[in-house]
Formats: sequence, structure tokens, C-alpha cells
Amino acid sequence: MDYEPVIGLEVHAQLLTKTKIFCGCSTRFGEAPNSNTCPVCLGMPGVLPVLNRKVVEYAMKMALATNCTVNRESTWARKNYFYPDLPKGYQITQFDHPLAEHGYVNIETTEGGKRIGITRIHMEEDAGKSIHDESGGSSFVDLNRAAVPLIEIVSEPDMRSPEEAAQYLRRLHEILVYLEICDGNMEEGSFRCDANISLRPKGEKAFGIRSELKNMNSFNNVQHALEYEIERQRAILERGARVVQETRLWDASRSVTHSMRGKEEAHDYRYFPEPDLVPVVISDDWKDDILKTIPELPLEKRERFVSEYGIPPYDAGVLTASRALADYYEEVARLSGRPKIASNWVMGDVLAHVNETKMEIEEVPIKPAALAELIGVIEDGTISGKIAKEVFEEMWNSGKGPKEIIENQGLVQITDAGELERTVEEVLAAHPQQLDQYRSGKQQLFGFFVGQTMKATGGKANPKIVNELLKKKLSTP
Amino acid sequence: MEPNRLTIHELQKRFKNGSLTSSAITESVYRQIASVEERVHAYITLTEEIAMEQAREADRRIQEGNGEALTGIPIALKDVLCTQGARTTCGSRFLENFIPPYDATVVKNLKEAGAVFVGKTNMDEFAMGSSTETSCFGITRNPWDLERIPGGSSGGSAAAVAADECIASLGTDTGGSIRQPAALCSVVGLKPTYGRVSRFGLVAFASSLDQIGPITKDVEDCAIMLNVIAGHDPADSTSVPAEVPDYRVFIGRDIRGCTIGIPREYFVEGIDPEIRVAIDRTITTLERLGARCRDISLPHAEYCIAAYYIIAPSEASSNLARYDGVRYGFRAPDAENLLNMYKKTRSSGFGAEVKRRIMIGTYSLSSGYYDAYYKKASQVRALIRQDFDTAFTQCDVILAPATPTPAFRIGEKIDDPLQMYLYDIFTLSANLAGIPGISVPCGFTEGGLPIGIQFMASHFEEGKLLQIASAYEKNSEHEKRIPDL
Amino acid sequence: MKITVQEVGYVAHLARLDMEEDEKETFTSQLNNILQYMEILNGVDTEGVQPMTHAISQSNVFREDEEGKSIGVERALANAPDGDMGFFGVPRIIE
Repeated sequence: MDYEPVIGLEVHAQLLTKTKIFCGCSTRFGEAPNSNTCPVCLGMPGVLPVLNRKVVEYAMKMALATNCTVNRESTWARKNYFYPDLPKGYQITQFDHPLAEHGYVNIETTEGGKRIGITRIHMEEDAGKSIHDESGGSSFVDLNRAAVPLIEIVSEPDMRSPEEAAQYLRRLHEILVYLEICDGNMEEGSFRCDANISLRPKGEKAFGIRSELKNMNSFNNVQHALEYEIERQRAILERGARVVQETRLWDASRSVTHSMRGKEEAHDYRYFPEPDLVPVVISDDWKDDILKTIPELPLEKRERFVSEYGIPPYDAGVLTASRALADYYEEVARLSGRPKIASNWVMGDVLAHVNETKMEIEEVPIKPAALAELIGVIEDGTISGKIAKEVFEEMWNSGKGPKEIIENQGLVQITDAGELERTVEEVLAAHPQQLDQYRSGKQQLFGFFVGQTMKATGGKANPKIVNELLKKKLSTP
Repeated sequence: MEPNRLTIHELQKRFKNGSLTSSAITESVYRQIASVEERVHAYITLTEEIAMEQAREADRRIQEGNGEALTGIPIALKDVLCTQGARTTCGSRFLENFIPPYDATVVKNLKEAGAVFVGKTNMDEFAMGSSTETSCFGITRNPWDLERIPGGSSGGSAAAVAADECIASLGTDTGGSIRQPAALCSVVGLKPTYGRVSRFGLVAFASSLDQIGPITKDVEDCAIMLNVIAGHDPADSTSVPAEVPDYRVFIGRDIRGCTIGIPREYFVEGIDPEIRVAIDRTITTLERLGARCRDISLPHAEYCIAAYYIIAPSEASSNLARYDGVRYGFRAPDAENLLNMYKKTRSSGFGAEVKRRIMIGTYSLSSGYYDAYYKKASQVRALIRQDFDTAFTQCDVILAPATPTPAFRIGEKIDDPLQMYLYDIFTLSANLAGIPGISVPCGFTEGGLPIGIQFMASHFEEGKLLQIASAYEKNSEHEKRIPDL
Repeated sequence: MKITVQEVGYVAHLARLDMEEDEKETFTSQLNNILQYMEILNGVDTEGVQPMTHAISQSNVFREDEEGKSIGVERALANAPDGDMGFFGVPRIIE
């Protein structure tokens, strides 16, 4: 039988606020264990949470960027369960009145564009971290991450293949990073994903029994885990058995998922309204203010680059990979007035240097205005394309502008026909043997004379003029 | 008269004219503690060394003329209020050695006002109880009859004031825990409007009901204390940024023309006949002073206990989840694994009443029962609040008994939780509605047990309560007594 | 509704409380007594009534995203039953 996978994703994204969601402790990663803690995030007796306004604003940004309806009033709830990394014995989250609902993002599939529904986006606090001592009988808890703000983005079960799931995930990731509200680091856990997956016979409307996949910390892991799970479930269904509804962990080292059965609690989270926090009420004005801060998103930008600058979709994709790169490119394109040439320089020399030196776009020593100037001097014939590469190197290393370098090093192209004519004559006079051979029919020596002339001018001669002069001189004895 | 019998405002006069020092009054408080504490047992922890130092500092300030609202006044704190560097037990074995690294906001307020901290008072474990019998540090006895309970859960705070083991104290009130022990010990107790006083640093029992308030020897002291602790606190999201009046201006204000509502549902059955008589006498006094008493209705009064004993334990079951033996407090030794550590720790760290409420609350919130219990109770709570809103369109304050009977005997109700819960019948509606309530002494039974009367007012109308209560206090005909210890 | 001894066991587990059999039975009878009293609420018509979750209606209470003081590892761990090496130690979590 032909089966169709039905996939829904739950994404947790850490928000890039300076401080935690309910207290003033820093959210910095990698500090000494339990150093970013205070009585509030340690869940000490008698302390109370106070909501970080930025968390609401960042969450609202994501909600608006993914076409969600932001609820006028949203409320907080407690999710009760015991775990050592959960200091209060409950997680403060949103339950029946989340911040936002009913959104979507578009992805590209082989059959064209597809809309993936977003059920809800809500705010909540992260838990701490437990470290397990492999040899001894203890575990260790670090609460630096406890109460770092998260948003949870829950999708509709709209995806039908691991590729679609991976695309959707990349799209969310890209938007979060573009909005500058999440660093998107999957290894450090700032962007995490759980997946629900079930199979059903193609054409069937009802959903099959699903498993929930956890512990996938890269896009590839998500895709591989889903692929594995599809095959696992297909095998079960094909032998007429039933899939067990359960949570399964992805084991990246063995490329399999395995059941948490037996170790998992029957969950009864006893959600109820959080009495220590008051509702969040979002006015139209507030929403409008946030809307104004939302930049052009990657997909729109990509489409605009193609239509506005006439560059291929692939190039537009590369150039919009990050907001900083897109901004960089766009400024070079605008200032130089040569968007296609600008794209060649940015995708070529700039990105090659960036990748090589592992620096951020913001740190590139050649500012967009300088690169545009370089493109300008090539276009107006001041320097040759070959010299331009040297000038680019010098710009990168010294941080100087192209005109300064060209002037200081005398790199300006020689276009003075009189001057060049003298050089050509000198070259011909210096090589009487080759001249005889050429005149007796060895035409391929033309290139030799061009090369010698360029060499004599230190590469600065305008090649077009040199060609014309040589043709003239060689044809007239 | 021993100086420790004086009120705050009387002491302030003596500090001012130089006839008494804070050191002298603080010493006299500790002398009293030395002589009666063995019988009363109002305190869990005494902080004499710190107190004497604070008193000396207060004396310096008074001499310089830099006295604040409470400079040099010996005050006791219920042991549910966090004190930086001084252990805060909540009457529980669990927190027997817990030393908070922070002060509750009210403690900060009192410190800034110059108060001298006598010690931390006994209470029902995690404020769950009506008699101070559930404390794991022993029971507190009623100074008026040592065989009887002082009320609860702020029993230690009320007994300490009644026995002159401090000048005033702070208690907390989730369902009557200030007003009820104040009534049973013949002192004044005020539960402010929810949100009037910061809860930061008050170890939570039921977060949507808890409120901190003063227990004092008279109504004027109550106003002085409220002035210091009331106000907005950015650390408590539920504290209200409303202006705080000077509550002392309400003391002694005429009550002519005030309308006092008498809720008919409160006077149907179960009230001790002697309390009934005391209330009638109070009504006569108030009418003589020019107030108008009228019949009002609180139609959902009979549902208060049921709603309260679902909502409070539900919140408590969650609030007490943090006591897991990981970050602070008690941990049972020799656990084989994590689950076992949790269970052993919590089972031996908590007493029976706390466990009972955790059970009720966990059950009420659990899957399949939430709608029938927690949600239903929260809906009824909305109706109870509406009752009060309607009533306050017809009257300025509501008069009610504070307790159905005078203090009962130690051990009398401890094995019958429901009977214990029913004892809170007249006080917990104010917590459900979030309104302020005050309990003021209104006489004694023939057997010499104190009787208290309660007034309730609309949100943020503490001033009206203090006005009525102080007018009544000045003109009441019952005799003033001191307990014979 | 009547709560059974088994349900008491389940609720105790949810709340991470250990109970001996006789304790479970005492709790069952006490809880039944209390829950039976709660049934009085069934007599109230609450159709369409918005549950009251806060004593005072307020909204939008925020703090700004400004760093405050952390208390430092030493004070964070000062009350911990097992707080060696900068971590809170617990019996091994089985995964």
C-alpha cells in the first residue's frame, strides 16, 4: 500500500533578550554553572516573577512575521511536573490563551509553493540543564538556562515529507535570525525541534497513530530522523501491526530512533492559570509599533532581488542568506549602479574571503561604498579587471580605498596612444628575431608581443589599445 | 505599667519626650518573653542580639531627631516572611535550616522605617491551618487560656502581641489567618486589599489569596503599620500602583452617616450565643455613634468554604512543588534514585495537613477533574465577588462575626479536617473577593475568652475600615483586660 | 464523585508523596469527606460565568530588559543539601 506521512513540528526558539524572562539575570551562554542565577530563577520560597517586556515584543515580531493573529489578551499558566532542572516544580507557560494563533509560512516544494499552517505561538521559560555522571550515582544541575525566554511555535500537521519539514524548519530559522530575535544556534540549543509523525494510506483523511520525535539538533538530523521513522512505521503497518503512540529519541550516532517507553511518565500537567502574573493585553497601537520594526523577510527579499536587480534566483538565494549579507550586497549594487557586477564581486571575492577568514559580514574591512567605487573604476576603464583583483586584495589588507591604492601604486591604466605607441616600438625593436619570424608567417607570435608590451607597462596598458597598435605596426613593414 | 504593654503611638510619645528609649523597651520585651514564652510559645526564632543592636541604632537616630515611622519599635514577624540571613521556616521541618539570601519587601519597608525585629513567630505549617497546631515547632497557646488555641495560621503573631512579647507584628491572611487569631487573642488584625501590600518574600501558600497585614494592640497602631507596608512593589506583578493615603487620618474620624451592612446569610446558624450578644451590642454602639445599620444579602455566602478549599489547595499544590530537596531545605537521606528521593523527601518533610492540601489540590487540578473542581470553584468565586460588589453599592462597610465560636481547645478539631475548615466560614470570603477586612476586639465570653468583630470594605477602602474600627474601639463598652499569665 | 484508594495512590504519585497503605486509607476517607462537602458547588448555576483567577484585575505589568544582580554561585548553593562543585547534586537521573 502507498502510505503518506503526516508531519507536524514544534519548535522552541530562545529569544535574544539580555535578561531572563522573569528576572534580571543574564542569558549569556557558557558562563560558570549557576552563576547567572538569583532567588527568582532558583525558585526560592517567596519570590515572584515579573515579565520582561522585550519577550512580548520579540514574540509578537515572530507572530506578525508568520502571519499570525495576535490575541488581544493572552494569559499565563503553570505546567506542573517534577524534574531537577525545573526549579519551581512548574514551568510558566501559556496554555489556553496563547499570544498568537492561526499563522502560516510558505515553502517551495517540487510541485510549487505550499503554505504550512502555524497553530500557535506562545511564550514560556526554559528549564535548566542536567549533567549526568556516567560513572557515579549522581546527576548535576546547572540553572543558568532556567527561565531564559522561549517561544514555542507549533505547526499544523501540514507537511507530507521530510524535505518539506526541513524546508519549513529552515524557513522558520531564517525568519527568526532575520528578525534578530534568536541566534538560531542549534548546537547550543537556541533553536530546537520536536516532530510528530504518523503514516496513513494515501487518500485517507483520518490521521494514523503518531510518534513524537525528540533530540534532533540539526536540520539534517530532523530530516534523517523523519526518514527513519517513516520506514519504521511503514514496516509496522505493512505487517498489519499497530504503531504505538509514544515519544522516541533520535540517536544520531546510530541513525535510529528508540522508544522512551517505560521511562516516560503518564503526563498529567495540571495546567492552571498562573496567579502571580497578570494578563498581557496588546493594543492595536502596540501591534503597529512592532509591525514597523519588522524588516523585509528573506523570501520577499529574494523575489525582489530577482526582479529589481535582474540577478538569477540562485544568486538571490545566496545573497539573502543573512540580513547583513543582503544589506551589504544591496548597498554595493545601489552605489555602483551595476547590480549584476556587484553580485559577482560579493558572491565571489567577498564571500571567499569571508569564508576563509571566518569573519562576520559586519567585520568585512571593505565597506560597500569602497567596493562600489572599485566597480566604478573598472567600469570607467581606470584600471583593468586584472589590476582590480590586486587592488581588492590591497583594500582587504590595508582597509584603504581603491583610488588611493591606484594612485599610490601608479596602477592607472595607460590609455595614451602616443605613450603606448612608443612602448610598442621599443618592444618590436628589442625582439628583431621574433619580428622576422612573425613577418615570415608565424602569426601566433602576436600574443607574444602583447604580453611583452603589457609586461613593459607593468600590466597597466589598456589591452584594447595595445592590440590595435600592434596590428597596425606589424602589418606595415 | 510595664513599657512592653504600650502601643506604638504611646511609645513614640515617650521616645520623643525622652522618658523611654528603644533599648529599654526592647529589653522589657525580652524580659516578658523570658517570663511567659515557655507557656505561650509564640516564637520559633528569637533574634535578640540583632534586636538590641537595632534598638541602640534607633536610639541614636531618635536623639539626632531622625526617627522614622517605626524607629525603635519592637516588632515580630510571622515566620513565613523571608529575612535575609535569619532562618525562615514557615513552621515546617522542610525549611528548618533555610536562610534566605533576601528580605521580603515588607521586611525591607519595616527596616527602612526603623523597626526592631524581635523574632520570627510560630504558625501553622506553610500557613495551612486555623489553630497553629500544625507547626512542626510545637503549638502556640492562647494567652487568655493556655488550654486553648490562639487561632491560626498567624497564631504566634497574635499571641505575641496579646502576651506583650512584642509591640506589634506582621501576619499573613489567606483565608482569615490574621483576623481570626486576632479575634481569638483580643488584638486588632487587618487583612489589606489584595495588591495593597507586596507579597514578594512572603512564602506562598495560595498566591491569589495571600496578603500580609498588621496585628496590633489598637486600631491606630494598625494604621501606623499599614502606612509602612502598603504600596506598589515592582517585584510583585500583582501589587497595585494605586496611591496610598496616610491611614492615620482615618483614626478618630466621625462615623455619622456611615452605612453598615449586616449580611443576613451570616446570621442564620452556628454562631455561639455569646458572640451573637456581643455583635448586637456592637451594632447598638455603632448606631449610637450615628452609623446606620441595614440588612444586606450575600447570596453565595454558603459556597465560600467549598470554593476556597478547592482554590487554595490547588494553588498550594503547585506552590509547594518547589520543595523537592534539590536547591534548599530538607532532603531525605539514602534515596536510591531521583523519584525515590522526591517521594521520601516530600513525605517526611511535610506534615499531615500540608500533605492533605497538596492531595486535594493535585486532585482538583488533575486531568478529568479540573472542570468539576478548580474551574467550578473559580466561577463561584466570581459570583462571590459580584455579591460584594453589589453589597458595597448599598453600604460602606459590612459587619460580620470574625469566628463562629471563641477559641476552641487544643486538639479539639485537629483530627477532623473538615470541622477545622468550617471554622474559617466568616473570614475567607474577603480573600476570595480580594477585599480588605479588619477584626477588632468586642468583649469577652463569661468564661473570659476574647470575642472579635469583623468589618469588611470595598477594594482599597482600608481607610473606611480603620475609621469605623477606631470609632468603635474608643466608644465600646466592654471592659479592657490584660491576660493573666 | 467518590475517590478510591487507587486514585489516592495515583494523586500521591503525581504530587511525589509516598504513602503507607494505612495512611492512604485515612487520606481516602478524609478526602471523600471533604470532596463530598464540595459537592455543594454543583448547586450553583455557573453557566457562562468567567472563572475568577486573580483577586484584582490588572494587565501589562512588565520589567525592562535590564540586567540586575545575580547572587553568585556561592549564595545560590548556600542552602543546597548537595551543592558541591558549583552544581546542585541529585541522585542520578535515569534516562
